[in-house]
Amino acid sequence: MSQFLPALRVFAVLLSLLLLLPQAATADDDDGGDKETLPFSELSFPEPERRFSATQKCVRPVAEMRRNHMTYILHQRDETMHEGIRTRQYSLEECVNCHAVKNDEGEYVPVNGPDQFCASCHSYASVNIDCFQCHATKPVRPSTLHTQSSTETEHTTRELSGTINPLLASEGPAQ
Amino acid sequence: MSESSNLADIARRNFLTRAGAVTGAAAIAPGVFLSVTASARPADEAVTARKRWGILVDTNKCASGCNDCVTACEEENGWGHSEPESNPEQKAHWIRTVDIRNKSTGFAKTLPIMCQHCETPPCVDVCPTGASFRRADGIVLVDKHICIGCRYCMMACPYKARSFVHEDLHDQKPWAPRGKGTVESCTMCVQRVDKDRIPACVEACSADNHNALIFGDLYDENSEISKALKAQDSVEIRGDLGLNTGIRYRGI
Repeated sequence: MSQFLPALRVFAVLLSLLLLLPQAATADDDDGGDKETLPFSELSFPEPERRFSATQKCVRPVAEMRRNHMTYILHQRDETMHEGIRTRQYSLEECVNCHAVKNDEGEYVPVNGPDQFCASCHSYASVNIDCFQCHATKPVRPSTLHTQSSTETEHTTRELSGTINPLLASEGPAQ
Repeated sequence: MSESSNLADIARRNFLTRAGAVTGAAAIAPGVFLSVTASARPADEAVTARKRWGILVDTNKCASGCNDCVTACEEENGWGHSEPESNPEQKAHWIRTVDIRNKSTGFAKTLPIMCQHCETPPCVDVCPTGASFRRADGIVLVDKHICIGCRYCMMACPYKARSFVHEDLHDQKPWAPRGKGTVESCTMCVQRVDKDRIPACVEACSADNHNALIFGDLYDENSEISKALKAQDSVEIRGDLGLNTGIRYRGI
């Protein structure tokens, strides 16, 4: 047994070095003093053309949209498709209406273009979006967001608390 | 007590809604009424089975060589010129005109054929993912979000109403998303119907003064289509299949 001890010691030292190395590296980084910026914050993307209201940039607070926009769109998608509910607040068309911007020639750039609103974050996050294989990428008709559903209806508030996908939950596909 | 008062409330509300709709329609101008006014469904309310949308095609009024319903559909829904590489059999055809001829008499006519919006649609029966479905108000649709492009529905449809997109598409209409790898067919212009407008083909046909197409609620006894169906004979194409189609024909 004793003949293995030196070898074990060397192994233990190596192991502890390996474990401590990353901590040492981060400790060095922290010495900089300033709060380091996340790589995400260096991303730049076109500002939306207009705000939802004077106080609110998007149809929901921006932080919430960053985290949950896909849920809102998915929910809206099923309700519109299967139940004919056509509220505008979480309509993908309204996303495009607001977030597609014009180039120097005054023509709309597809919203899924490489430097555009959707792609700038999605390429950073390595998330591929399929929306625009089928859906329009440029505004075609004027927005009706404010005329139809700028106020919170019972429907729009229910979306937050209710089941995410009513089709899968209880009723089955609408008949 | 509460139940009966609730019922009374609902009855009162319905009466008020209807009265409001009627005054609204009448107020537009004396003698001018919108064709489909009766009850505008709010944007946040789901469709119900209290309505069933249908179209009556009077082929006697179809002008020979007229293609206006097809071009109107192409324009509205953005198909027709979107697949340059596909051959004519592969290209999208939401609605097409078919020439029929009586061999013994030589009498020929043209009629439009599209999704017949069956009450018991074979395309829905065979769909493995639930993408092919019938909406509560009778409109048969493809949910392209869950369509896997297997094309079983195309084989099941007795009317050859569906088509498959073989190419990458660009510049689709926001109200009619379509894309490669999914099956599509006539939607009865669901985006218009949901906003109390009539389908593009019906609109184009009446704009030409042919009036061969009548759109309306089959369950509403007072709708133009129900009155027309009650007054004169009409048939379903392949009525022997017992699919109870929403599209009915006269003169074939």
